[in-house]
Amino acid sequence: MTDATANGKPQMLTTADGKPLKEALKRAQARARRKAFLLVLPLLAFILITFVTPIAQMLHQSVYNEGFVMHEDIGTRTRTPIMTNIKAWFDGNSAGTEPDEAAFAALHQDFLLLRELRAPGQVGTRVNYERGGSRSMFTKAARSAERMEPPYREAFLDVDEEWTDPELWRVMRDASSAYTFNFYLAALDRTKNVDGEIVSVDQNRQIYIKLFTRTLFLSVLITFLTFLLAYPIAHLLATLPLRYSNLLMIFVLLPFWTSLLVRTTSWMVLLQSQGVVNDALVGMGILGDENRLQMMYNQIGTVVAMTHILLPFMVLPLYSVMRPINPSYVRAARSLGATSWTAFRRIYFPQTVPGIGAGALLVFILAVGYYITPALVGGADGQLISNLIAFHMQNSLNWSLAAALAALLLAGILILYWLYDRLIGIDNLKLG
Amino acid sequence: MADVNRDDVFVVFDRVQKSYDGETLVVKDLNLSMPRGEFLTMLGPSGSGKTTCLMMLAGFETATHGEILLGGKPINNIPPHKRGIGMVFQNYALFPHMTVAENLSFPLEVRGIDKSTREEKIKRALDMVQMGRFGNRRPAQLSGGQQQRIALARALVFEPELVLMDEPLGALDKQLREHMQFEITRLAHELGITTVYVTHDQTEALTMSDRVAVFDDGRIQQLAAPDTLYEEPQNSFVAQFIGENNTLEGVITEIKGDLCEVRLDSGEIIDAKPVNVSSVGDRTRVSIRPERVEMNKARLQKGAHTLKAEVLEFIYMGDIFRTRLRVAGNDDFVVKTRNAPDQVRTEPGQQIEIGWLPQDCRALDA
Repeated sequence: MTDATANGKPQMLTTADGKPLKEALKRAQARARRKAFLLVLPLLAFILITFVTPIAQMLHQSVYNEGFVMHEDIGTRTRTPIMTNIKAWFDGNSAGTEPDEAAFAALHQDFLLLRELRAPGQVGTRVNYERGGSRSMFTKAARSAERMEPPYREAFLDVDEEWTDPELWRVMRDASSAYTFNFYLAALDRTKNVDGEIVSVDQNRQIYIKLFTRTLFLSVLITFLTFLLAYPIAHLLATLPLRYSNLLMIFVLLPFWTSLLVRTTSWMVLLQSQGVVNDALVGMGILGDENRLQMMYNQIGTVVAMTHILLPFMVLPLYSVMRPINPSYVRAARSLGATSWTAFRRIYFPQTVPGIGAGALLVFILAVGYYITPALVGGADGQLISNLIAFHMQNSLNWSLAAALAALLLAGILILYWLYDRLIGIDNLKLG
Repeated sequence: MADVNRDDVFVVFDRVQKSYDGETLVVKDLNLSMPRGEFLTMLGPSGSGKTTCLMMLAGFETATHGEILLGGKPINNIPPHKRGIGMVFQNYALFPHMTVAENLSFPLEVRGIDKSTREEKIKRALDMVQMGRFGNRRPAQLSGGQQQRIALARALVFEPELVLMDEPLGALDKQLREHMQFEITRLAHELGITTVYVTHDQTEALTMSDRVAVFDDGRIQQLAAPDTLYEEPQNSFVAQFIGENNTLEGVITEIKGDLCEVRLDSGEIIDAKPVNVSSVGDRTRVSIRPERVEMNKARLQKGAHTLKAEVLEFIYMGDIFRTRLRVAGNDDFVVKTRNAPDQVRTEPGQQIEIGWLPQDCRALDA
């Protein structure tokens, strides 16, 4: 009510018994709103727990790795800070300082603790993420730490000559604080040199940018192919009488009801060198037995299988915008003098754009994150970025790098979504 | 048609038949000639084949048999966009992603007309339907009546000689519909366009048309000017379909010249004008319009038969009285009388005598 007067409106509307109308309205609506909120509460909680929290955690993981600074006992779950002495030395000396005896003495102290906690592997792994071959140095040094005598610098060098490598010390310095952007650098094929400057990694070790580009390219290609295939199907579905179109719709939806794995493996049956397609081509004499087509374990396999699997996601939004388009629009255009091509191009097609946008966005986003199909039929050549994320999650156990890659993927999709909104407008999206 | 000068004939349907499934004919042997500048309405119940005829003329359906001629040339094999026929659709079919001006511009653009001429024509067409200020609106921002006007303007903007309208006023409310009926006929006559108009609303057909073709069962039942159609229906279907009608069933007992005698199923004998009955003993449906029934004996011809009637209902409708009677066993016999100072007002239960001029009472097929 103070708002109303502050707005400079002299008359305030009131109910019959003199209460401000706005208040009364608010109170009347509050109950309905509370009820509505209670109804969506389970969904809200579900989304928070299973969607928002994991994403937040993943984003955190991509900039936070405590492998070098904290040890957690698996049994007792007690957390012990580790590498504290060397951290103190790093804090006291600026980056690029030659490690002196004090540094090695601090390192020795830390290694004694590591040995006690049986944690040298963990620390070595963390350093190994950024400098290959470091893990064994850490385990070896920890084994001999108890026998070491001053001067520690020589003692460490006795174990491994690499211990004075400035690269190693740069990595340890970075790792000594749990928060770091180094994983993002790694995900973009970048690293820091000894002086802390950001540089590209060796040509032959650059994989992520290439994979991002390939993922993007293949996803665009797959989106385009699904569009080419889906547009006529959707048009047919939308124009056929209902009883035929329902039957056809079942064929479109059939892949939806089949396990993804089954679909992918059936493509393997079809596409492999001794598979149905090759056999048929050889049998018809189109191909010689010795030059069977290699259609699997490469990009062709990935593109073919994913186009098929993602096709319904393009057909359905297209169908949903085409169905309500009254045939009289095209008829009107024809009667007004347009050829059937002009009528299609200028009248029919523009009205299906919202469906194309929705379908393309849907297929593209799904394709960018696709994992199982490329893993099974892609071979080395047809792998997508998700396969690498999975690799870092399951095999190399470098979760921070996996998280950084995933975060970059997420950011890329958000940017595309924003672009889409700017260019086409998200209001125009029609999913059905 | 015999009354149409052959030189003036513009649209001809020559023994046209249409079947969708190869088993039933939707249009059976359609023959029709239209002179230039005529406003012809195809009227009929749904499923009578009238829209199919329109679609064949527009080119969206092909005739299974027979020829359609436009300006003397057969058009069966000409695609719709080359026929140069303007068309107004039932749902208007205004392109939703274009503004009003773009909608009007479309037929001109596909004809390769240059921009300045286009703009001039669009302006003229919009002014013609009094929508000059709405060029930049989208169809969705317009009311039904406004959309209707735009659809009309779009069908006329490229100056076609023939305009087809498929129930264009179906979606409008009564008042607007009446107004638009007037607008459409005015425009059609001013511009001298030949118009084929499809509707199932008989009032619309009667008020707008030069001639009306009444369709039923895939055939034209009668093709005539509105007054002829109303006053001289050629068969029972037309009599029933156009306007209000009273029907009495009976058998012809005598035919002498342009008069005949009918014995009704209830035993009474009445006079009628034989229309499509041929011989004594034929069953017939006698048709008489409610406003042609006389309750005043003095106005009847000498020797004319009268009938006893019982008033069942008297409805005061302001300008007219509507009296429902039981006549010869028919409970739905309606009489309309003008509200004049000397007019009798009856009451339910009252016994009266009615009659009519024999020429107003038509003995039709049973």
